[in-house]
Amino acid sequence: MMHLTPSDIQAIWLTIKLAGVVTLILLLIGTPIAWWLARTKVWWKRPIGAVIALPLVLPPSVLGFYLLLAMGPNGPVGQFTQALGIGHLPFTFWGLVIASIFYSLPFMVQPLQNAFEAIGERPLEVAATLRASPLDAFFTVAVPLALPGFITASILTFAHTVGEFGVVLMIGGNIPGETRVASVQIYDHVEALEYMQAHSLSAVMLIFSFAVLLCVYTWRPSVKRVG
Amino acid sequence: MILPKILIFICALVLSMSAYAEKINIAAAADLKFAMDEIVAKFREVNAKDDVDVIYGSSGKFYTQIQQGAPYDLYFSADIAFPRELAKSGFSFSEVIPYAFGRIVLWSATMEANKMSLDSLTSSKISHIAIANPKHAPYGKRAEEALRASRLWERVEPKLVYGENIAHTAQFVQTGNAQVGIIALSLALNPALANKGGYWLIPDTLHAPLEQAFIITKRAQGNDLAKKFADYMRSSATRTIMTKYGFVLPN
Repeated sequence: MMHLTPSDIQAIWLTIKLAGVVTLILLLIGTPIAWWLARTKVWWKRPIGAVIALPLVLPPSVLGFYLLLAMGPNGPVGQFTQALGIGHLPFTFWGLVIASIFYSLPFMVQPLQNAFEAIGERPLEVAATLRASPLDAFFTVAVPLALPGFITASILTFAHTVGEFGVVLMIGGNIPGETRVASVQIYDHVEALEYMQAHSLSAVMLIFSFAVLLCVYTWRPSVKRVG
Repeated sequence: MILPKILIFICALVLSMSAYAEKINIAAAADLKFAMDEIVAKFREVNAKDDVDVIYGSSGKFYTQIQQGAPYDLYFSADIAFPRELAKSGFSFSEVIPYAFGRIVLWSATMEANKMSLDSLTSSKISHIAIANPKHAPYGKRAEEALRASRLWERVEPKLVYGENIAHTAQFVQTGNAQVGIIALSLALNPALANKGGYWLIPDTLHAPLEQAFIITKRAQGNDLAKKFADYMRSSATRTIMTKYGFVLPN
């Protein structure tokens, strides 16, 4: 019943690679942002929080349009990458990585921020009285307590990147093995009236998405226990 | 008590909208974008009270959507094969009416494409070439045929990026992200694109003809406006616009 062609499997691998790289990078970028948002009391944390949440609301076409112009030869990012000698980002795997970082940022930051806020001041104050440096306290107290938050955030980021379509279509150029991810491959199958192949690949995506959400819901109660 | 009143109001609004009969939706292939805009504008001048909406997209997508009951009254396809299939399976009210032959061109926003030929695509100065997806877009299929007929396909394939339809392909080139592209002549002749870089007409001996056709869908049976618009496609005003955008007209 399953008829995955070699190009389908290539698209699935590419999707996993993209989502994996994006999740790792966002763990590195998102953790300090979430930590800062959870602890700071400055008034401009609200506008920053709103900017980070923007991709939840913006149509992917808006993001794709701006990225295409910004990363193109006449855009600021494009001129910067050209000056660095790495050429232009549209139609490349790393272009998709950059786009996905913007696109999936709230899915990493928000669960982490919630997890950090749930810890509260107390455990960190205790750590400080035991002469733990702030960095020490972060890694030995905050991170273990927020672990379920890290797992939820990573799963959601990974899954959301897998589900990306509009942005990839606008800046990807549909290159096999480079930017043709599973969602675009399904779209192509449907457009080419290859319904059987679209069915197979869609079924894979459906099962995957269900498994991901099941994981998230299984982990969720332990997040509450921390608070 | 307020909610039911609002619901009744909304229902009345929706019903009054659907009671307005003189309205058509046209699904048109993306290569018609500029030509069809002008044709519809002219049509509105003489039929001011009627409501004509055009939706542009890929011919293949519309084909699937019409089979699934999409509310399109006329369907203009860049490939005659799609409306023929629809007519065969009973989704067409009219016969299949050919309206034009399309041409493909090499076009660039940044280079002088009018001084290029297909052989120029192998140049190391060109890193990305945009074509429509040959898997389902008629213009993409013809672009691939032309490149294969010129024995260039193997050499340029690593540089190719694929647009979802022909307008999307042109947009890759217009933004400079691809240095050149193979797009529809009808798009290259639009003033917004024509003043940049120029174009080179790809000989039509290199590819199968891009025969284009439209149908009035089964859904529009009895819709006079759909019939009127179909007739308008034969008018001299329409033919002038189509010729201006580089379409070769049948007979």
